Amino acid sequence: MRRSSPGSLRRAFQPWNDPNAKPLIEFRGVTKRFGSVTAVSEVSLSLYRREFFALLGPSGCGKTTLMRMLAGFEQPDAGEILLDGVDITAVPPHLRPVNMMFQSYALFPHLSVADNIAYGLKREGLPRAEIARRVAEMLALVKLDGLGKRRPDQLSGGQRQRVALARALAKRPKLLLLDEPMAALDRKLREATQFELMDLQSELGTTFMVVTHDQDEAMTMADRMAVMDHGGLVQIGPPDVIYEAPVNRYVAEFVGDINVLEGKVVAVEGDLVRIETALAGMVELDEEAPALSIGAAVLVGLRPEKIDLSHDEPAQSFNKVAGEIWDIGYLGDVTMIQVMVGGDSGRLIKVALTNRTRRAARPFAWEDRVWLSWDIEAGLVLPR
Amino acid sequence: MSAPAAFAARWSRLVVAVPYLWLLLFFLTPFAIVLRMAMSDADTALPPYAPHFEGFATLREFISKLDFENFRLLADDALYWDSYLQSLRLAGQTTLIALAIGYPLAYAMAAAPRHWRPVLLVLVVLPFWTSFLIRVYAWIGILRPEGLLDMVLGGLGLTSEPLRLLNTEAAVLIGMVYSYLPFMVLPLYATLEKLDRSLLEAAADLGATPVRAFLTVTLPLSLPGILAGAALVFIPSVGEFVIPDLLGGPDTVMIGKVLWNEFFSNRDWPLASTVAIVLLIVLVLPLALLQRARLA
Ligand SMILES: Nc1ncnc2c1ncn2[C@@H]1O[C@H](COP(=O)(O)OP(=O)(O)O)[C@@H](O)[C@H]1O
Ligand SMILES: [Mg+2]
Repeated sequence: MRRSSPGSLRRAFQPWNDPNAKPLIEFRGVTKRFGSVTAVSEVSLSLYRREFFALLGPSGCGKTTLMRMLAGFEQPDAGEILLDGVDITAVPPHLRPVNMMFQSYALFPHLSVADNIAYGLKREGLPRAEIARRVAEMLALVKLDGLGKRRPDQLSGGQRQRVALARALAKRPKLLLLDEPMAALDRKLREATQFELMDLQSELGTTFMVVTHDQDEAMTMADRMAVMDHGGLVQIGPPDVIYEAPVNRYVAEFVGDINVLEGKVVAVEGDLVRIETALAGMVELDEEAPALSIGAAVLVGLRPEKIDLSHDEPAQSFNKVAGEIWDIGYLGDVTMIQVMVGGDSGRLIKVALTNRTRRAARPFAWEDRVWLSWDIEAGLVLPR
Repeated sequence: MSAPAAFAARWSRLVVAVPYLWLLLFFLTPFAIVLRMAMSDADTALPPYAPHFEGFATLREFISKLDFENFRLLADDALYWDSYLQSLRLAGQTTLIALAIGYPLAYAMAAAPRHWRPVLLVLVVLPFWTSFLIRVYAWIGILRPEGLLDMVLGGLGLTSEPLRLLNTEAAVLIGMVYSYLPFMVLPLYATLEKLDRSLLEAAADLGATPVRAFLTVTLPLSLPGILAGAALVFIPSVGEFVIPDLLGGPDTVMIGKVLWNEFFSNRDWPLASTVAIVLLIVLVLPLALLQRARLA
């Protein structure tokens, strides 16, 4: 599983940290209700030119609705949406310089692949030769040369997805919206397509906004991502920040696996925080500029891959707890071990061990008494 | 082929044979009888045509007596040609008007909120719950001079004298459009209701105005519904007999009425059969060509 951000190659690209950068898209307090359901509530968000932005959240949290408001298919009940600083809330969909790749692809079944791609160009009234040139260019871009005469129903799922992508890109939109673009693809194809999309995006320089409920997909592709819950944005940031410094338990648990322990702050010395937990005793961790008061009830989060496992008691006097192995799950790249801590009616803590060799001596077995320990840099504090 | 597979194949052949058997019994056999009548001569005694079929011994003689005389007669008489042409023209006009009224109707039904649609469907088929004849009679009451229509229009001050619609071609058109409209609306509704709304959104997203989106997406995708509806209206309209008889005047001579006259007034069964056969050819030929064009 990829946990690190590909954005590390593009560290220099951080327009969201530049106070002079003008956003391409701006949501200002946008709310959308369907009857009694509030699909999107009070969303404020800025997207920048050339950015690859991912909108992540569980099914039904309002991702599609947010995107459809940007495309013009839904009208916000409150707030405004700006494109290049101009309010586009009242602009009908066919006049917006924004194109969308639909979750269902929505290819025209009565038109050939080439005519599907040409559809938007014809509406622009481009000359015939120019349309033919652009269609050929798009077909080459998505590697569908020679399939222009086929009908959509004569294509595989992956090919249909490419046609939908080519059709949306043909008009050279300022912003391309992709609603769950890989949902209908199998895993191998999905991974390959993710990297192709990233290449395409950096090649064309188009701003991409991808909706997904798959955290790996969002982390792989995005420069920045937003985590949504019940119509609201919970956290916006680069994937590594979201993963390593989630703002609350919801984000921490939605993006990746995490063990959560209840505790109470007992000491704050500079960046060092000491938390007394019921389950694992004293936990010490390093937190940048912690705004914590002594005695505050908090949660300590521990990612499974940041925990060490040993048979002997570690030398350190804190950040350790004893337990018994209850379950071992072999996943290929890692082995996920569940350790029962605090007696038989305690809690299961997940530990991920990387399988570095093919036939490891399998140092751990069911019912082994083991020690869990972790670094001072491993734990993170979450509000209770 | 394994034994069970062979068994299954035989079974499936048998199952497929059932509809063919049905067609043979109830369509081809009567057609053969009518064709035979068409190629016979009028006779004064009952059954009113000759030759009679009296066993296979006289088969050769029987066949030698069959001829195309009636077809020749039909071709030579302008009356028949005119009524065929008038029938086709009126049926064509009926189809176009029904399409012009039916398409927006079906479109509105398909766009209506989901829970309204069954109610609207029932409203469309509601007229079928009363007899066709009674409904056409009702139109006499509406269209006759000093009838319901005149009363309403006169009352509103829109017309000063009676319209005299009854016994004109316009009355026949009104009656036929009214009677066959549901056959246009239902197949259109079925195709429009199936239409994926995200296709229209995709069209708008790609820069199509609502009118463009309708012309380039909705219309071509509803073509099967248009063709089905047109066929369902056109075919019975061509042979329509009751409506022109009740609502039309002496100028409206549709082929259905000619057929009726030949059968029951002139009792010339062979000629009537010829009229029917030619009508069938007129109707089936364009449909067969259309089918071939679509398969090609
Ligand atoms: N057209 C609509 N009418 C009524 N409710 C809707 C409509 N579209 C979306 N919703 C509701 O709004 C919420 C958010 O939906 P959606 O934006 O599709 O979520 P997501 O794309 O994140 O799965 C859901 O509760 C959904 O039922
Ligand atoms: Mg969705």
